[in-house]
Parts: sequence; C-alpha cells; structure tokens
Amino acid sequence: MSVSQTAQAGVQRTVKKTLWVLLGMVGFTLALIPLYDVFCEVTGLNGKTAESAQIISAKGVDESRQIRVQLVARSGSGLTWRLEALDSVVTVHPGQISQARFQFTNVGDTRSSSRAVPSITPSAGARHFRKMECFCFEQQWLKAGETVQLPLVFQIDPDLPDDIKTLTLAYTLYPMDEVVALGGFRD
Amino acid sequence: MASDTSQATVQQSVSDVAQDEAAHTSHASHGPTGIMRWLLTTNHKEIGSLYLLFSLLMLFIGGTLALVIRAELFQPGMQYIQPEFFNQMTTMHGLIMVFGAIMPAFVGLANWMIPLQVGAPDMALPRLNNFSFWLLPVAFGILLSTLFMEGGGPNFGWTFYAPLSTTFAPPSTSFFIISIHLAGISSILGAINIIATILNLRTPGMRLMDMSLFVWTWLITAFLLIAVMPVLAGVVTMMLMDINFGTSFFNAAGGGDPVLFQHLFWFFGHPEVYIMILPAFGIVSLIVPTFARKRLFGYASMVYATASIAILSFLVWAHHMFAVGLPLTAELFFMYSTMLIAVPTGVKVFNWIATLFRGSITFDVPMLFALGFIVMFTIGGLSGVMLAIVPADFQYHDTYFVVAHFHYVLVPGALFAIMAAAYYWMPKWTGHYANETLGKWHFWMSVIGVNLTFFPMHFSGLAGMPRRIPDYALQFADFNMISSIGGFMFGFSQLIFVWVLVKAIRGGEKAPAKAWEGAEGLEWTVPSPAPLHTFDTPPAYDPATDSPSRH
Repeated sequence: MSVSQTAQAGVQRTVKKTLWVLLGMVGFTLALIPLYDVFCEVTGLNGKTAESAQIISAKGVDESRQIRVQLVARSGSGLTWRLEALDSVVTVHPGQISQARFQFTNVGDTRSSSRAVPSITPSAGARHFRKMECFCFEQQWLKAGETVQLPLVFQIDPDLPDDIKTLTLAYTLYPMDEVVALGGFRD
Repeated sequence: MASDTSQATVQQSVSDVAQDEAAHTSHASHGPTGIMRWLLTTNHKEIGSLYLLFSLLMLFIGGTLALVIRAELFQPGMQYIQPEFFNQMTTMHGLIMVFGAIMPAFVGLANWMIPLQVGAPDMALPRLNNFSFWLLPVAFGILLSTLFMEGGGPNFGWTFYAPLSTTFAPPSTSFFIISIHLAGISSILGAINIIATILNLRTPGMRLMDMSLFVWTWLITAFLLIAVMPVLAGVVTMMLMDINFGTSFFNAAGGGDPVLFQHLFWFFGHPEVYIMILPAFGIVSLIVPTFARKRLFGYASMVYATASIAILSFLVWAHHMFAVGLPLTAELFFMYSTMLIAVPTGVKVFNWIATLFRGSITFDVPMLFALGFIVMFTIGGLSGVMLAIVPADFQYHDTYFVVAHFHYVLVPGALFAIMAAAYYWMPKWTGHYANETLGKWHFWMSVIGVNLTFFPMHFSGLAGMPRRIPDYALQFADFNMISSIGGFMFGFSQLIFVWVLVKAIRGGEKAPAKAWEGAEGLEWTVPSPAPLHTFDTPPAYDPATDSPSRH
C-alpha cells in the first residue's frame, strides 16, 4: 500500500463523518418509537384513544346531531375469557355523557389477568372520543368462573367532524401474563 | 563457549525475523499460505473473490430452497413437505437471496472493481474489509443452523412481521436475530469502506463527475446502507427485547403496536430494494456503452436519476402497507410518491436505449445479459407501477402478482446484472474469456427459465392465488405447473455458469489488458489477469480524454 499521507488523513475524516451519520440514524431509529406514539395520539391514527381518564368537556350538548356508537368486543388468542358488550349500540348527542356496560367472564379454571385495548373506527373520530371511566385504563384479574360487569363512561366531543355519523369502538382482550405485565410500559 | 554459540544463534534468528518483517511489509505475497492466506487476506481482489464465491454458494443454497417450494407447488395438494416446513423454505429462501446472495455479490464486485476503476492500490480500510467479509459466513452459518433446531427455522416470511415473528415465533428466532445483526454490521462496515475509498483514493485528476457509473451507483448505495441498516438493527433488537425481555414494542396487550413494526421494517425495506438494484444500474451503464461502442448517453442525468431514486426511496415505504388501514391522505401521498420513482427510472431506461441507438452493437454474453436486464427489469418496473395504484393494490396485495413483480426486478434485474458483470470482468479476473458457446446457453436457458417461472405468476396472482401457502385451488394448477418447470430449468441452468467459471479459471482464450474493444476505464489499463497489486503509484488520468462524461 502506498497511499499518500493526505489521502490517509482524508480517509480518517470520511470514516469519522460516516460514523456520525451512523450514530444519527441509530438515534433516529430510537426516537421513532416515541414519535410514532405522539404522532398517533395527535392525529388519532390507528384509532388510538387516551390512556387515562379525561375530564368532562363543557362545550354543551349538540342536540342537532345524533351519533351511533357501536360497541364491539372480542377476545385475543390464548385467553380463557369472554368479553361481551351488553349494550351493542348506543345513540348519543355530541357532548352528552353516556354509559355502556361490558361483561367479563373467566371461563377457564385458573385465576388470570387480561387487559382490553380499544380502537376507534373511523380513526378521525378517535381524538373526539373522551372516556371518563374505562376498564381499559388498567388490567383486570378474575378468579376461575368469576363474572364482573364493568362500565365505560364516555362523551363525544362536539367538535367531532360533521361527516362522522357512526363511531365503532372495538375492544380486544389480551392475556396479560407476568412477562407482559412487567414490560407493559404504559401501566 | 557453548553460551557464545547460542548467543550467535539468537542474533541470527532475530535478524531473520527482521528480514521476514521487511518482506511482509514490502510484499504481501510472502504472507501465510493455505487457508490462513484467505482468512487473513487484506487484498481487495482476494476479498472480492471471497465475496463473489460466497454469494455464488448462497445463490445455490437459496435456489435449492426455491426448488423445494416449486416442487411442492408443482401440483395442488400436499406432496412432499409439511406446511410448517414450507413456511421455513419461503422465509429462508428470501433471507438468503437478499442478504446472502445479491448484497454480497454487489459488495464483491465493488471490492474488485472500485479500486481498479478509481486508480487506488486497495480499499481504504483493508483490515476492516477482511472483517466485513468473514462476518458473513458466521452470520449465514448461524442462520442455516436454525433449520436443524427444535421447532425449526424462521417461518414468518422474510419480512418477519410481528407478532408472527415474536409472540408466535419458533424458539430459534433469537439466532435469526443475531445473524441479521452480523450481516447488518458487515454491510455497514463494507459501506463505510466503499465511501472512504471513493471519496479519498481517486487518482489525481479524477473528479466525482469523471467516475464510472458503477462507482457512482455504489457511492449512493453505500449511503443508503449507512442510513437504513441501523433501522433494521433497531427493529430486530426490539423483537429480541419483546421475545426475551418482556417489552411490548410490537405487542398491543402491553401498549405497543404491531403496525409500528411494519412502518419500521419498510422504512428499512424500501431503501433496501434500491440497495439491491442501484449497483445493477451502474453495471448495465458500463456494459451497454462498451458493446454499443458509443459513450453512455446522458452521463450526468444518470447520476442525478440515481440520486433521485435514492432520496425518493425514503418517502415511499408505506406502499407496502396499503392494506393495513392507512388514512386516505397517507395512501394518496404514498401512491403518488411511488409513481414518481418511475420518472428517474424511466430516464435511465431511456438513456440506455439512446446509447444503443445507432451503435455498432455486438451481442457478446455480457451484452446479452445487460439487454435482458433492460427488457425484463422494465417489465418488473411496470408491474410495480400497477401495484402502486392503491385501489388496484387491494386486489393484488399478498398475491402471486406481487411475487411476480419483485422476482422480475430481482432475478432478471439484479441477478442478471451480476451475471453480466461476471462475464464482463471475468477476463480481468482470470485472464481468460468466458466460453462464448456455454455463456450463450447459460443466457438463453436463464431467459426462458425465468420467464416460464415468473410470467405465469402475474396471471395466477391476478386470479387471486395468495402467496406463502403450500396448497392452492385447482384453477391455478396449470400456471403453477408451468412455473415449476421454469423454476427447475432456471435453477439447473445456473450450473452452466459454474462450468463456465471453472473453465475460465483453468484456461481458455487469453484476454489482453483491454479485453473488450469498446471498453473504457482504468481497469482495462492493468494486465489480464489483474496482478495482486495494482496502481501502487496512482495512474495518470486526464478527464479530457478519459472521463466518461467528456464532451
């Protein structure tokens, strides 16, 4: 090898610069995780809703509009629970505070835990769906054969876009084994 | 007296060592022999050969897996293998071909040809170069070993979508993750080396716009690698944490999101597909002018088109995810940005055809492969534009139409360009021309085989045959039988290439330094075969007569 001194110095500079770019991309990748959550929360993409209780919005009730809220519930795989929406459709005015009941049954033969994860369709409505009380804010434990009824108290913000007439709220029940419970970073 | 003698012996051996060291530094040809020569080599030509031979081996391993798939799909119903094993075959075929065959082949070509084309004595970081290569056999040794583990190898598709690859994955998945990490580190180090070589070791007088198109496309590819390989490393690390350490990056139950996986994967994955095609553009841009005996039409526009494709590749990732439920605005954005890529790609195809126009064309084997590339890559590009149309994509999504599309851009695209490069530079590597008759057999068998395999997949896909499933409805039987026959034909015809290569290494028609009449570039100024050490002093270079962009 007979590469000149200046070329060698240039190689060192280039390597340093590319390593900085590399480091920048590693940082960018790590930043994408919180950014994605923030992005989804701000825009309501993916039908994500708030993860803790929200206060009642005092913008008044808009009685000129009626919104059909469809409630859907399903169990994720590997879980011996049944989740039923006792009120499958609730019709509300924007701004009005309403309640829907859900029934959780552990049909298995051991005590176990699960958590319901909500999703709203169309996703443009997700930001305007406010929950005052929801079982989805925490995980549930049920003994074998136990049944409980838990309420969802919600309000639809009067700012909901005019073209949305129906909102579908789907709960998926996921098993919360110990490993997941440990790592559930939103608890 | 006795002690005096031993003293003298010690001194004698010390001076021997000193002489040996002097010999080592002045000439590496006195280095270790046998296997250690290859394990310890820092010579760009030897490492380039290692990369190329490794990728050829991987091509045959990945190809064998593909033939297992095609044998199973020859007829409807289950014939030879279990569905679980079929899933491992599709996954491993994709992983091995992408990370083990196509990418290392391009890195091997870069190692061999970039120092020769820019007039450098070696790569900028020769020891790092050795390390980058030897990571690969380790990575793929680990990856292939998963096939023999309890629960089998990866079975979730080469795109390894979570939670299929986390919650529902076989226990061997952690080994798969390690092997991807190693291959990724190898690519990153290789890319740093290539950038450092191109930017610093060009012979005096060679400006950036005097570089060969192969060097240009590799420079841009190397930047793509540096930008997206960390994203891949990040995504597999998150999988590893989800599987083993109880995090929930991609697990909805713990507050994560499986769709996030797809966004991250394709943010890596789309630039990755250009990593696999840009160097191919560079190769074709050298071969077409050589055998048309004209200078490349639109050199500058080729460079800018390559850069545009690279930049656009970061803005189109969600076109792989039209069916996950994106908002309408996002679908429109990604549809239009994807279609926009057809513009710089069209510029390239136009330039190649304009180069051919009124040229004195001869149809030597490298030219045949390059022309095959232009025609069949364009077929794959056009089906790509069809897939970009959101409403149409809902029909095509996850069908054999997608399989047909990406095989047309990767097999008669990337792989044909690699074959063209191998035939083009074989005289430089071995000192002998490749056997013309056998080369033509290889080309025509490959063309017929590849089209028999993948063209019917357009039809079975449009008719609704889903990918990655070992059985299918009866109406797809004829198309699948044709595909399987073509697949076996294509696979076995690659053995002709091995024959050609062995023959050229052993002997054949001797090649002069400038092996092709119309060839330009510094690599044709060194003897054929290229000696182990070239350009120890930088060659003279005058842009006015030597630059491919001269007027």
